[in-house]
Amino acid sequence: MRGNNIMGIIFANLHENLVSELTEVRIMGAVPYGGKYRLIDFPLSNMVNSGINKVGVITKSNYQSIMDHIGNGKAWDLSRKQGGLFILPPFTTQSDYSNRVSTLNSIRPFLENSTQEYVVISDCDTICNIDYQDVCRKHLANGADITLVYKRDQLPEKLHDPTVLSFDSKGKVIDVQINDHITGSCSYYTNMLFIKRELLMELIDKCISKNTLNFKRDIIQGEYKNLNIYGYELKGFSPVITSMSDYFNANMELMKEDVRADLFNSDNPIYTKVRDDMPTKYGLGSKVKNSLIANGCIIEGEVDNCILFKGVHIGKGTKVSNCVIMQDTKIGADSNLSYVIVDKDVTIKDERTLVGFVSYPVYISKGSVV
Amino acid sequence: MYPKQEVVAMLLAGGQGSRLGVLTQKLAKPAVPFGGKYRIIDFPLSNCVNSGIDAVGVLTQYQPLVLNEYIGSGQPWDLDGNNSGVSVLSPYQQVKGADWYSGTANAIYQNINYIDRYNPDYVVILSGDHIYKMDYSKMIAEHKANNADCTIAVIDVPLAEASRFGIMNTNPDGSIYEFEEKPAKPKSTNASMGIYVFSYDKLRKYLIEDEETEGSSHDFGKDILPKMLNDGLRMFAYQFQGYWKDVGTIDSLWESNMDLLDPNVPLDLTDESWKIYSRNPVVPPQYIAETAEVQNSLIADGCSISGSVDFSVLFSNVVVKPGAVVQDSIIMPGSVIEEGAVVQYAIVSENTVIGKNAVVGARPETIEDKDQWGIAVIGDNLKIGAGAKIAPKAMVAKDVEEVEE
Repeated sequence: MRGNNIMGIIFANLHENLVSELTEVRIMGAVPYGGKYRLIDFPLSNMVNSGINKVGVITKSNYQSIMDHIGNGKAWDLSRKQGGLFILPPFTTQSDYSNRVSTLNSIRPFLENSTQEYVVISDCDTICNIDYQDVCRKHLANGADITLVYKRDQLPEKLHDPTVLSFDSKGKVIDVQINDHITGSCSYYTNMLFIKRELLMELIDKCISKNTLNFKRDIIQGEYKNLNIYGYELKGFSPVITSMSDYFNANMELMKEDVRADLFNSDNPIYTKVRDDMPTKYGLGSKVKNSLIANGCIIEGEVDNCILFKGVHIGKGTKVSNCVIMQDTKIGADSNLSYVIVDKDVTIKDERTLVGFVSYPVYISKGSVV
Repeated sequence: MYPKQEVVAMLLAGGQGSRLGVLTQKLAKPAVPFGGKYRIIDFPLSNCVNSGIDAVGVLTQYQPLVLNEYIGSGQPWDLDGNNSGVSVLSPYQQVKGADWYSGTANAIYQNINYIDRYNPDYVVILSGDHIYKMDYSKMIAEHKANNADCTIAVIDVPLAEASRFGIMNTNPDGSIYEFEEKPAKPKSTNASMGIYVFSYDKLRKYLIEDEETEGSSHDFGKDILPKMLNDGLRMFAYQFQGYWKDVGTIDSLWESNMDLLDPNVPLDLTDESWKIYSRNPVVPPQYIAETAEVQNSLIADGCSISGSVDFSVLFSNVVVKPGAVVQDSIIMPGSVIEEGAVVQYAIVSENTVIGKNAVVGARPETIEDKDQWGIAVIGDNLKIGAGAKIAPKAMVAKDVEEVEE
């Protein structure tokens, strides 16, 4: 069933500084992941799979790559007459996209002109397969004003302004601590929330009028005593990307069957832009073990424990292990790569050796020639 | 009022393809999966778009459900324009009654209204059972330069095989003076590819005349072309260079898939300038497990391979379990090869399960009587029980029970 009473808002351009290498030439939402995806595919697909018809994508700057990727939203069934995809870059003379509250204030006309009763807001730094219908059901059952999606886990070390929540026995938020570096397991907010559209606009207005512009401090922490704020636990495979090593590990986790079953759940598939590559060609003498490989690759060498994106070539006699190799990168013959993240369109010539370490993978930037 | 299209393509996709047996039981031949992610019709459709033809009529008749659904709005091939694009044309009821398409020419005749809307100068007639990449615009340019009424694409075939084809005998300037349908003693090796360019005014006239001719089989090869030649129309052969294969039989379908694995075969599907478009399933990348051995194969996204795969073409969502062996075979979408099963020289259709330790097909060198050997074919949505043996050349259309060891 499509067409429920929920709309979506995705912040496609936050957290870039945590993976600055990957975001030198793109925003967070456009960061490639998992062989054929971009990070924005996950929140977009989750929203569409939850029956959401109208999604606004907030992009502050450098949005060429994301525009190229999502286009008119056709791949997500978001090229629609009712609702559809709305890309929301700043209106240069009036908008202020410097923080979450001002940004939401800047897109006020979009919120005002929508008819949906509820809004789901998400960033692009958490990779997961979540059913927002279920969040909505719990939200209504709790009689909540706001439902915050949280994870119960070790705090990612570099998470910006970690927001740690405490709940009563019914799941209502009774304490909010920000920037408190707790060691050990805790419940932290994932920047995904569910709220009534009218209430969101009200809260934003209030913040703007008082010039209190920190979403976490002034809305979540500031209001939890006045409002019914509940939590919804995000379970299953759901890594938060806060560093290059998080990014590398989140890719490598995909070698596990249960992780793939969780994330690429065929009832709630992850959609992405289509490229019409041919199937992958495995040459005579190719040796491939424990790897996730997208269409359009040509493999003549050895591949072990790697993610290969669309259109990657691995030459004869070349050995790649524990690598993430992005779209259209060509690796020549007799080279050796281990623990390397190779960005798009890189050329690695014959007889090159590149070796990183599990906690510090080497990164080769987009379009380089090695 | 539709804007004029200089060229309209008509794609004959109504054939049953009975020689493909169980593969075309539930779908028309042009919808048969090919090459790991395509269906046969992707080739002519992509050729049309890449040649700049915006209006394509697809004539369907036999089992059209899968084909109609697959073509849909035509969006995967960019054939969903405002005033042009792909139109699926099936037989319909008219004032004077209802008729099935009784021949290739009759199928076009019944859709003269569709062609008229675009007021084209040229009509290209294509068939939906060939694998090839061809720039029709070059053929049309030659048609214009020759001031021809009809141009027929031909390909040079070995003399020994020429008697299987329609042979075009030509003058030095390329004009055709004689057709021979499957001649016992061919005079030349110019085989017709079943691709025709007509000047539309001439084609329209001959289609209407043919319809009124008693005893006509309403077929291009048997009726329209001989009549045109008899009447002295300007008919030319267009020499095509490159890969072209009729995939109308199990053997040729298998061979053509295997040709994709041969680097010496001139059919390059990686060419960015002449992409073959298709409808892409929404599936994650393919996973090759620790226990897998994959060599010289074409594998599509969504597959999960833990066994051994050699000289094979695997479509999306195929699962090869640990210890299973797939060699020299084609496995269509969603099929599962269970532990220990051995599949050799076989075509397994969609969503079929080959049970544990089952054996499907055999290598030719293991069979003494070569007449007993051939490609084994398993239909779609079947279960081949554990331990069952499917002989080479078999055509399996129903479930096969488990065999107790």
